[in-house]
Amino acid sequence: MAKSNRLFSKRLDLKRGLVDLNHGAGGKASAQLFEEVFLPAFRNPALEKGDDQARVSGSARMVVATDSHVVSPIFFPGGDIGALSVHGTVNDIAMSGAVPKHLTAGFILEEGLPLADLERVVESMAAAAHEAGVDIVAGDTKVVERGKGDGIFITTTGLGLIPDSVVEPPAADRARPGDKILVSGTLGDHGVTVLAAREALPLTAPIESDTAALHGLVAALLDAVPGVRSLRDPTRGGLATAINELCRSSGTGAVLLEDSIPIDRTVDAACEILGVDPLYLANEGKLIAVVPPDDAEGALAAMQAHPLGQRAAIIGEMIEDPDGFVQMETAFGGRRMVDWLVGDPLPRIC
Amino acid sequence: MKYVDEFRDPDAARALCATMHVEVQPGRSYNFMEFCGGHTHALCRFGLEDLLPDSIRMIHGPGCPVCVLPVGRLDMAIELAVSQPEVILCTYGDLMRVPGTGGQTLRSAKAQGGDVRMVYSTAQAVELAEAHPDRQVVMFAIGFETTTPPTAAAVKAAAAKGLTNFSVFCNHVLTPSAIDAIMTTGTGETGARLDGFVGPGNVSTIIGAEAYQGAVDRWGKPIVISGFEPNDMLQSILQLIRQVNRGEAKVENAFARAVRPGGNMAAQAMCADVFAVRDSFEWRGLGAIPNSALKLSDAYRAYDAEERFAMQYISRPDHKACACAEILRGEKTPRGCKVFALACTPEHPLGSCMVSPEGACAAHYLYGRFRDAAAVPVAAE
Repeated sequence: MAKSNRLFSKRLDLKRGLVDLNHGAGGKASAQLFEEVFLPAFRNPALEKGDDQARVSGSARMVVATDSHVVSPIFFPGGDIGALSVHGTVNDIAMSGAVPKHLTAGFILEEGLPLADLERVVESMAAAAHEAGVDIVAGDTKVVERGKGDGIFITTTGLGLIPDSVVEPPAADRARPGDKILVSGTLGDHGVTVLAAREALPLTAPIESDTAALHGLVAALLDAVPGVRSLRDPTRGGLATAINELCRSSGTGAVLLEDSIPIDRTVDAACEILGVDPLYLANEGKLIAVVPPDDAEGALAAMQAHPLGQRAAIIGEMIEDPDGFVQMETAFGGRRMVDWLVGDPLPRIC
Repeated sequence: MKYVDEFRDPDAARALCATMHVEVQPGRSYNFMEFCGGHTHALCRFGLEDLLPDSIRMIHGPGCPVCVLPVGRLDMAIELAVSQPEVILCTYGDLMRVPGTGGQTLRSAKAQGGDVRMVYSTAQAVELAEAHPDRQVVMFAIGFETTTPPTAAAVKAAAAKGLTNFSVFCNHVLTPSAIDAIMTTGTGETGARLDGFVGPGNVSTIIGAEAYQGAVDRWGKPIVISGFEPNDMLQSILQLIRQVNRGEAKVENAFARAVRPGGNMAAQAMCADVFAVRDSFEWRGLGAIPNSALKLSDAYRAYDAEERFAMQYISRPDHKACACAEILRGEKTPRGCKVFALACTPEHPLGSCMVSPEGACAAHYLYGRFRDAAAVPVAAE
């Protein structure tokens, strides 16, 4: 990863420091935990790239990714922890251009979890896997005492293959100044849905999680635009954090156009009530694509032609900036920064 | 959302700004303070300063509840959480990260085993007290007049339920006293020669527009009460320009859809019953200000955590590198602080202004610091 900017003001205190909820928020604290604890211990070229999945030695076309799921509540409008655990890993695989093939699943169950809930979750996983065309080929289950977990946690690991047709697989470090940034649809739907379910917020219009497997959309996009530079699914930390990660990996900055960022009106209203910013909310069925400027319109058309990309939009461009700042042109013509997520507005969103 | 859209209409914003550019008088400078942290946040988040004429300077005020709480009061809460195992300390989220003496925070107190819980409302704290009759639940109450009525309501609810395990660590402060304090402090880097105030929005829904008449009479500066949407703020700034141009100093209410002249009488009556004014209270940056904060009234003394746990206030200094005090007085800008964005960042704040998004430093860090980098000349290769 390019380390052009000084992201962390202070190193982690590994002698006396303690893990807190921010370390799981997917924002700056998560990035620091990765860079100062996991990366030094496990260091290897694949991990150093800082993507959400890795190509493994032996077959440069094989991709592996893993994702843990701790969402609360476990059932929410539009999905549940089972579907999420399939989509999360499938999408991490898909962002490399790979076709996901196999999943493994680890379950940590809390003593006292109703079997009916477990069955409902497992059936949802099976349906999501079937729809995504992946097999769940191995797994493990552990049970912890009552009070030592929260119902159910699921970790999935996935294997995928990059088809030969994808000559240069997308990667976070390939974004260049001048490239256009696209998003495949409305932002914040999943985050607001879970938050509203948790707060029992009475909304007049229904909001649903966008949880979905994205490899079909990725395939359609790569088919139309083989030169896609980078793909990212903006999960925890939302669009804001994902763009900052892209900038950090590629050593560039970015400018977003506020007017062009698609946000559902109900989601926008709910965010206003809840005091959260949709740009920082998790998505589970959206992707960000960075493409060379000449490919932008073609990429947009390809996404909009796919059922999961109907509300796709071009939302900005990468720029030259040694500080790696993400700026936004506001609807009023002013400018502001869109910074890394700091702190955790919403623990346990996925 | 239609309701909000009207106040975020870019065309209306451009029209307001065009009028400002016509009406500002050449050679004159306009220094306005937005008192409220919510306004600071809106200015930065919507990039509004880019749209104002160059002669208008917005100075960030002290109206951020987390920011003005002095270190000594925070230390009291941390000490309570760590030393009293029976206590469940309830707090609003932002307070968790504010550094006290030695860099201790409520978050670190929690990680050390103190039972500190983030709540979204005082009612949740009362529910906790009901659910845990064997524990002592303490609400760490902070904020200006906006957050005071919910605390009063919680105390009344606890009394009605006969709860003996609920109390309040009261740190509520009063806006008009702070305006007086700002007008009496000296001038600093920014000149602090204020020409007027963008008056608080939420606070004013409670205390009413008339509550500022005293300050306007004493200091001869206009106050225009504003909502928090971009066009609310632009409208208020335009009204300030007009008052300055005419040599007037009046209270004007540009947030009439929410603020009444006399405010919310029911809330005021409830607060008058539950609270009494303290003789003096220390504010971060502004020092000890007479009659500027609330404590539990004699009738509700039984719910005063300071009495129940014999908590003692000791005034403690801010981190020595931190310029929060000057920033809260409007004497320094965030980038004028030598640790800004270096040793002091939102994840490792040294001072309170870097903690809450309503704090001047956090707002500038999150939304504006790319301008600082652009201001540094790039060396020719």
